[in-house]
Amino acid sequence: MNLPLLTILTGAPILCGIMLLLLRTDQRVARKLAIAFSFIPLALVAYLWRNFDNTSGSLQFIEKYPWIPSLRVDYFLAIDGLGLLMVTLSAAVIPFAVIATTHAQQSKLYYALMLFLQAGLLGTFTALNFFHWFIFWELSLVPAFFLIKLWGGEKRSAAALQFFIYTMVGSIAMLVAFVGLFIATNTFDFIQLSELARNGQLAQLVTANLSGLGLSSDALSMLLFAGVFLGFAVKVPLIPFHTWLPLTYSEAPTTTSMVLTGVMSKMGVYGFIRVLLPIFPEQMRAVLTPLLWLAVATIIFSAYAAFVQKDLKRIVAYSSINHLGYCLLGLFAVVKAGDASLLNERAAALNGVILQMFNHGITASALFCFVGFLEHRNHGARGIEDFGGMRKVAPVLCGLMGITMFSSLGLPGLNGFVGEFMIFKGTFSLSAWAAAIATIGLLATAIFLLTVIQKVFSGPVKENHAWVDLTIAERLTVAPMIALMFVLGIAPHLLLQVINPTVTQMLAAVKF
Amino acid sequence: MLAWTIYLSFIGAALVALVPSEKAVLARITALATAVLGFIVTLLAIAQGQATATLRDVVSVPWISAIGANYHLAADGISITLLLLTGIAAIAGVLFSWNVTRRVNQFFALYLTLIGGVYGVFLSFDLFLLFVFYEIAIIPKYFLIAIWGSTNKEYGAMKLALYSFVGSAMVMIGLIAAYVLAGAKTFDLIQLAQHPFAHSFQHWAFPLVFVGFAILAGLWPFHTWAPTGHVAAPTAASMLLAGVVMKLGAYGALRVAMTLFPDGLNAWRDEIGLLAVIGILYGAGVALVQKDFKFVIGYSSVSHMGFVLLGMMTLSVVGLSGAVLQMFSHGIIAGLLFAVVGRMVYDRAHTRELTALETMNLSRALPFAAVTFVLASVASMGLPGFSGFVAELQVLLGAWKVFPVYTVLAGIGILVGVAYTLRVLVKAFFGGVTPALNPGEKGHALAAITIPERIGAVMLLATTLLIGVYPRLLLDLIRPSFDSPLMQTLWKGTGQ
Repeated sequence: MNLPLLTILTGAPILCGIMLLLLRTDQRVARKLAIAFSFIPLALVAYLWRNFDNTSGSLQFIEKYPWIPSLRVDYFLAIDGLGLLMVTLSAAVIPFAVIATTHAQQSKLYYALMLFLQAGLLGTFTALNFFHWFIFWELSLVPAFFLIKLWGGEKRSAAALQFFIYTMVGSIAMLVAFVGLFIATNTFDFIQLSELARNGQLAQLVTANLSGLGLSSDALSMLLFAGVFLGFAVKVPLIPFHTWLPLTYSEAPTTTSMVLTGVMSKMGVYGFIRVLLPIFPEQMRAVLTPLLWLAVATIIFSAYAAFVQKDLKRIVAYSSINHLGYCLLGLFAVVKAGDASLLNERAAALNGVILQMFNHGITASALFCFVGFLEHRNHGARGIEDFGGMRKVAPVLCGLMGITMFSSLGLPGLNGFVGEFMIFKGTFSLSAWAAAIATIGLLATAIFLLTVIQKVFSGPVKENHAWVDLTIAERLTVAPMIALMFVLGIAPHLLLQVINPTVTQMLAAVKF
Repeated sequence: MLAWTIYLSFIGAALVALVPSEKAVLARITALATAVLGFIVTLLAIAQGQATATLRDVVSVPWISAIGANYHLAADGISITLLLLTGIAAIAGVLFSWNVTRRVNQFFALYLTLIGGVYGVFLSFDLFLLFVFYEIAIIPKYFLIAIWGSTNKEYGAMKLALYSFVGSAMVMIGLIAAYVLAGAKTFDLIQLAQHPFAHSFQHWAFPLVFVGFAILAGLWPFHTWAPTGHVAAPTAASMLLAGVVMKLGAYGALRVAMTLFPDGLNAWRDEIGLLAVIGILYGAGVALVQKDFKFVIGYSSVSHMGFVLLGMMTLSVVGLSGAVLQMFSHGIIAGLLFAVVGRMVYDRAHTRELTALETMNLSRALPFAAVTFVLASVASMGLPGFSGFVAELQVLLGAWKVFPVYTVLAGIGILVGVAYTLRVLVKAFFGGVTPALNPGEKGHALAAITIPERIGAVMLLATTLLIGVYPRLLLDLIRPSFDSPLMQTLWKGTGQ
């Protein structure tokens, strides 16, 4: 049986969302339906895992058909280890967020938008032709925009607008760059472009076909690189392209923030690995030092920003940037010039980056979920000064949130540790100074953790509070994620065995 | 067979005119039937293989032999694409005019005459004939706006008519000069295009004819009729104006001016490309600060038509196909946007001021209109998955090599497009000051969206989505059209 699994995977949430909107059900049934629908991709992903060949780093479940022959556009879906992990993350975080959706947001439209968003995410991680991929990349913006605009906090309009426009700036720059790449190479296919880059033809083609612009071929390649880079850097975000993020994350409804930080931020890092690394390694290497500085600045600055924030949601938002900074640090270090002896270090760093992407998705979405629980108990107030003595009133909430924060900190035994460790291990050999400075950023999470423990969990209990501990439903909501933190912390090879062949193959394909 | 699109429209116009004015329903149904039939004829011609990308004659008989004018209708993929657009826009226009009650029979008679003229232009390969149809299409326009229009209708109608006539006059002078220079034997486009006009002649004839046509396509700085005309026009007329009439200009510029005067084209290419890009940016920038909902859409048309003109100036098959596809795509999307603004919103809320609409929370009051407008906005922004993206992508692809700077500027234009579309979407439907949506909360009580409106909106949305996802349906018609000897003359001036 040869089902077009990935097509079903990307199409199912859209169909489910439309069905949800069209069915004339009341809100309670709609919620149940939405939860059931959100598990469909997860079931499909489980099936993918069963049939995924762990020993191979090549693309699997390939679906490739001509789509627009005159533009050489193919309908092209496939996954490798990286794709599988990202698809899994998208399939896992959405049901989590759907279930965690608080009463105020429980409307058919909210759930339908969530499902549309999921389709965008799943598509971005599976489509390998720019045209096909860009559809999902852009369309994930629209549901996100409305989720923020309609259900966000007080400044939701500004937040939604800022989010959309910023991302569009990056997207258009990327679009123009890809148009240039197409003129040079006559293909939109990520895999073919990587191949051309590896055997050196890309530079020749750029010189041959774009030389009429009166620029040297190096400058041209650099411009193309810059366009694509901007698109991904805004999405991650890399400082200084991050300014949209804190407002967006803090104004978005909490369950939307879970998806934004859990999965959407990975779209950018994914793009760096899938597109920039194989297609523009030389350009990345040419500006490696500034890039490393940006990654380090991202780590340090966001750590500092998290430190001075008073709003729990903003703190988590900045800590999220901080963690993604590590991903980019490891990723940039990988392209550093050097001989084959560094291969192990590169592999360690890249393995770490992918692992970190997955683990951060789990941990950060869980953290936002807990912030949501706190916020809900405190009638929307979420300043760290608004709480106190939570530990006495809600021990389970504090205990589980504590675990999540420790996971975020990278405590050995929990999922955050292995990825970060591998990134540092790899980066240290490749670029010692960057790794050394970046360790300062680790402090951020520690400070964040301590502040929360001190101000929220301990201290005198606020007067007139009506706080309660986690309900059974809430416990069940977070339990799978907490379990996952332990499982992946103790047995990281569950993921690494899938990632490693892909990483090996990727590095073999990149021109160093 | 394709010729019946024209005849049916005129027959329908005559029939509607005969319907007594109090029998509004009969007039509407006759108009709808005529529009649907015209569309079906085109589809049938495609299904039977009579309408393909290859340029082939439909009718060719002598007409006024004294001056060498023939009744010569023909079609290639470009014509057929635009016939399909006209058919869809015509049906949608009738559906969105279902609520017209004043002088219904005259309204639809003029409307169908306009449609017939448009069909005629897209099929004519004799310049004399083309010019006749061109004028037939313009005159009903004036009356539709002047009689059934709204804000400043006399001014808008007059401005539109004057601009059109100036354009026509420019076209006529250029064409007569070409006719005389070629020996005054024939008006046949295919034959004239093979005549080697002197370079010095082409140098002034090309801008004359091109701009004459392109005025109607909203070429900056001759675009000023467009926003005022669109705003003044009744819904169906602004749908046709943006959806089809602006394409007449672009089509004429491509089919006539560019094929007749390839040397002139080559000489003026950069300048016109620049005007196109200015149009993209200017239209988008002005749309960003408008206070009237309909003006935003009006200026957005100028911006989107800039892509058509830019695509034509790239002189590459991909850019030209993009331009033609953009004509189709913009026709559908602009029609949809005008339908929402003019019919769904203005006819109910009786205001188009964005500040007033902001307080009405229309997404609650008119959820169907809100969903339609959201999807139409997404399509209009050029997000992938909708027809606008494929079209604009091809224009950018074509432009990258010849006009790299313009390509980047056009990219910025898309970005400004995103900004103004979002702004108007949020202001008009999701008023910024109202509290977050709660289940059960109601907005202003406005009349529900009617069935004809729903059908029209779904039809247009489905079209833009279909072409966005499967652009081959049209691209397979458009691209090979540029292989015909007639269209190959485009490249004569470049020495390729």
